[in-house]
Amino acid sequence: MEKLTFEFFGGAPVNTTRTPALVGVVGSGNLEVLIEPEQLGGRCAVEILTAARGFGDTWKAVLDDFFTRHELADVRISINDVGATPAVVSLRLDQAVESFLGGAQ
Amino acid sequence: MRDWNVQARNRQARLARAAALTKGKVVDAANIDALLEAVLEPGDRVCLEGNNQKQADFLARALVALDPEKIHDLHMVQSVLALPEHIDVFERGIASKLDFSFSGPQAGRLAKLVGANQIKIGAIHTYLELFGRYFVDLTPRVSLVCAQAADRQGNLYTGPNTEDTPIIVEATAFKSGVVIAQVNEIVDKLPRVDIPGDWVDFVVQSPKPHFIEPLFTRDPAQISEIQVLMAMMAIKGIYAEYGVNRLNHGIGFDTAAIELILPTYAESLGLKGKICQHWALNPHPALIPAIEAGFVESVHCFGSELGMEAYIRARPDVFFTGADGSMRSNRAMCQAAGHYACDMFIGSTLQVDLAGNSSTATLGRIAGFGGAPNMGADARGRRHASPAWLKAGREARQGRNLIPRGQKLVVQMVETFREHMQPAFVEKLDAWELAEAANMDLPPVMIYGEDVSHILTEEGIANLLLCRTDEEREQAIRGVAGYTPVGLGRDKAMVENLRDRGIIRRPEDLGIDKRQATRDLLAARSVKDLVRASGGLYDPPKRFRNW
Amino acid sequence: MTSYYEASARERLQQLLDPGSFHEFLPPTERVVSPHLLQLDTPAAFDDGIIVGRGSLAGRPILAAAQEGGFMGGAVGEVHGAKLVGLLERARDEKPAAVVLLVESGGVRLHEANAGLIGVSEIMRAVLALRSAGVPVLVLDGGQFGCFGGMGIVARLCDAIVMSEEGRLGLSGPEVIETTCGVEEFDSRDRALVWRTVGGKHRYLLGEANALVADNIAAFRAAAIGLLDTKPDLSFEALMAEHERLGARLEKFGECRDALDIWSALGIEAPEGLPLLEADAFVANVAGKRA
Repeated sequence: MEKLTFEFFGGAPVNTTRTPALVGVVGSGNLEVLIEPEQLGGRCAVEILTAARGFGDTWKAVLDDFFTRHELADVRISINDVGATPAVVSLRLDQAVESFLGGAQ
Repeated sequence: MRDWNVQARNRQARLARAAALTKGKVVDAANIDALLEAVLEPGDRVCLEGNNQKQADFLARALVALDPEKIHDLHMVQSVLALPEHIDVFERGIASKLDFSFSGPQAGRLAKLVGANQIKIGAIHTYLELFGRYFVDLTPRVSLVCAQAADRQGNLYTGPNTEDTPIIVEATAFKSGVVIAQVNEIVDKLPRVDIPGDWVDFVVQSPKPHFIEPLFTRDPAQISEIQVLMAMMAIKGIYAEYGVNRLNHGIGFDTAAIELILPTYAESLGLKGKICQHWALNPHPALIPAIEAGFVESVHCFGSELGMEAYIRARPDVFFTGADGSMRSNRAMCQAAGHYACDMFIGSTLQVDLAGNSSTATLGRIAGFGGAPNMGADARGRRHASPAWLKAGREARQGRNLIPRGQKLVVQMVETFREHMQPAFVEKLDAWELAEAANMDLPPVMIYGEDVSHILTEEGIANLLLCRTDEEREQAIRGVAGYTPVGLGRDKAMVENLRDRGIIRRPEDLGIDKRQATRDLLAARSVKDLVRASGGLYDPPKRFRNW
Repeated sequence: MTSYYEASARERLQQLLDPGSFHEFLPPTERVVSPHLLQLDTPAAFDDGIIVGRGSLAGRPILAAAQEGGFMGGAVGEVHGAKLVGLLERARDEKPAAVVLLVESGGVRLHEANAGLIGVSEIMRAVLALRSAGVPVLVLDGGQFGCFGGMGIVARLCDAIVMSEEGRLGLSGPEVIETTCGVEEFDSRDRALVWRTVGGKHRYLLGEANALVADNIAAFRAAAIGLLDTKPDLSFEALMAEHERLGARLEKFGECRDALDIWSALGIEAPEGLPLLEADAFVANVAGKRA
C-alpha cells in the first residue's frame, strides 16, 4: 500500500463542534472518507492509505480541485482506498463534506 | 461455348449424393456426419450459423467431426465465432479461411491461430456488410442454420430468435446452394412460417435444443452512482436537447442506467412522449420499466433475449410479433433500421483517442466489430429529415460554406477511468499495435471520430459538432477526459473558452444536481424489481436470480 | 435507500433505530483498526467492518451491532470480534430490552487466522452468557453476503432470526459445497437452487427463521420491534424439545433431495411458485405449514 499526505492552506475554518462524518466502504473500487474537525492552525490535512500504488499525481490533481470546491480549514480528512477511480473519489469527498456540514452545501 | 448451369448441376450432384440418407427433407441425427460429407466439397464456402444469441451447435460439432482428408480448405463465412467448435474447425484442418464479424468469446484463440498461420482471415466486417457480401462475392455454397422448429416440408419457424437466418438462407438458396437446418423439434404444423420450405434442403432434429445465450441482460444491481449521473446528463444534455425519439443503445450498464431513469428522471422533466419512443434494440429486461411507464411505442429487435418471451408476448403493441403471438427478430433489418431510421446511437467503448476515434481492440484478441459501426456512424445515404437530424447537421455546418445536410447523433459514453485505473482516453489506440501484430490493413476502429457528435463522461459532455478546428476538437476531448493523463494535459484556458461557448458542458451547466445521482433514481434496482415491473412475466435465467 | 439489501451497515442502523438515538462505541475516529491487515499490507477500515453502539427501538433501549459486508465480506477479525464481544458483555451490565445484530458475514476472516477463530468462539460464549442473563439477542439477516460460517452458527445460538428472501443463512458457502462435493451434487451457479437451500424463505419454512419480511428497512424494524419481548429460554426442557424437533425433522425430510420436496412434504400446494411470491403473500400462503 502507499501512504500519501497533502496539506491545503487558506481555507475558511469550520465550527469545530461539528461531528465527524464517515462515508464509503473499504471495498474493491471504493474508499472510505473520514472527516474530522481538528485544530490544525488553519490547515486542511489529508492522509490517504491506498492499495493502488503510483497515482500520487492523480490524487494531487483530484484533491486540488476538491479544495477549490470546498476551501476548508482545521479539518482532517483520512482515507482508506482500494483503487477507486477519481470519479468515485471526488464523489465520496463531496458526500463526506456534505454530511459533515449537515447538508448545507 | 460457356456452360451457364455449372452451379445448378453441382447442386443436383450434391443432393444426389445425399439422397440415400434422407426421408424427404428430414435426416436422422445419427446420419448428420454422413450428410455433411456427402453434401460438402473441399474448398466450399460454408456459412455456419454463429449468431450473437443462438448457435447451430449440433451442426458445428458435426462439422468438426469430419475427416479432414475428405473435407478440407473450407472457407467459413459467419457472423459470430462463439463456440469453441467455431475455432476447432480450423485447428483440425477442415477449414482454412474465414470472413466474419464478431468473435467475442473466441477472440483470444482466434488471435493465437492467426499468429500461428492456421487461419487466413479474408476480412473482418460489420454484420450488415457481411450480409451484403453474401449477395455479392461471399455467397455461401452450403449453409448450416438453426431454427426452433420445422415441418416435414422443410418450412422453418425461427420465432423470437430469428436473427440472421432469413438472410443466410435467402442468399444460399437463390444461388444454387444447399441449406441444412438443425431444429429443436419437427412438428406437423408450425406456429408460423418464417422461412419457406422451398428454400431449405435438409432438416435434422438435434438431440438437445440449440445453444442460446442471454447476452444483453444487465443486472441493475451493478449500476453505479457515476453511471446514474452520466445517464442524467445524457437525457438532459442530449435526448431532451435534440428531441431524440428514434434510437439505438449499445448494450452496457451505462445505457441500462439511461433506460432505468426514463420513468423517474425523464418523467420528472416532462419528457414522456417527447423522447425514446421508437427503438432498434434487443428486448432486454432493463427496458421493461420504460415500456410499462408508457415511454416506448415500438421496439424492433436484432434477436431475442432469454427469459423475455412471455413478457414480449404480452406486449404485442410494442414488439414485432407474428399472428402466432411470438416475436420475430431480424438482425439484417434491425441493423438497417439502426443505420438509417434512427436519429441517435449511444454506447460505451474501451478507448478513445484525441480525434474521437474509439476502439474496443485489445492486444492478444481479435474480437471484430459486430454491428456497432452501423449504428455508430453517420448515415450519408439518408435523405429523410427529422428535427434531431437537422439540428445536428446545422450545428456541424453552421459558419461553414457547405451545402446543408442532416447528421446522425453518435454519442460515445465512457467513464474516464476503467477498472484497475486504466484510462479510457489515450494518445494512441491499442488498435494500432494490434493491427501490426495481426497483419491487418487498418487499425480496427469501432467508431470513427469523424462520425462522433458527442463524448459524454462523468466530467461532462463535449459537443464535437460545434468544433471548427482539430485543436478545438482535441481540447474538447481533453476537457472531458478528467484526471487521465490526456485530461491533465489540457490547455486550461482553451477548455474554459470551450465551456463558455457551450461546446463543453458540465453537470452544473446542465442544471443537474449531482446529489440526485444516486441509485434511488433507478426505476428498478435489481433483477427482482424488473420481474415485478413486468408483472411477473419476465423469467430471468438462473444466473441472474438471487431468490 | 430503503432496501435493506442495498444499504450499507451504517445506513441500515440509521434507519432501523429510532431517529437520532444511536450512539456509537469505538467510532471510526478512534481508529481501532486491525493490526493483522496492516501487517499483510491490505487496506483496513476505521471501524474494522462492524459498528457497535446503543440506541432505541420504539423507545426501548437496545444495543446494536451491524456488520459491513462490503468490507472483507463482513468477515470476523480480531478487532471486529472483540467489538462484538464487548457489546454483548456490556449488555449484561446494561440489561437493554434486547441486543440486535445486523449480521452480514462469511464467518471467520481467514487473513487473521486463529485470532478470527477465537473471536467467533468468544462471540458464541458471550451470546449464550447474555441470554442466560435474560437479555434476548435478535438477528437480522438480509444482506448480499448472507450469514455463513461461524456467524451462521452464532445466528442459530440467538433467540430469533428475521430474514428477507434475499438473505441467506448457512454454514459452508455454496461455492465451497460445490468444490467439495461436486457440481452434480450442488451447482453453486444455479442461484435459484442456492436460495431454495439457504435462502430466507426456506429457512422460514424450516423454522430456523422466525420471520420473513420484505426487503426494506422498515419491515425489518417492525419485525425486530415485534420480537423485543422474547424471553430467552435455555432450560434443559427447551434444549430437549429442540433436539426432538430436529430429530423429527430429520425423520420427515431426511430423504428429500431438494427444498421443493420438503415444501411438498409440508403440504404446500404448487411449491415451485413460492419463490415468486412477495413476502406478505408468501407468509400468508404457508401459514400453519412451517416445519
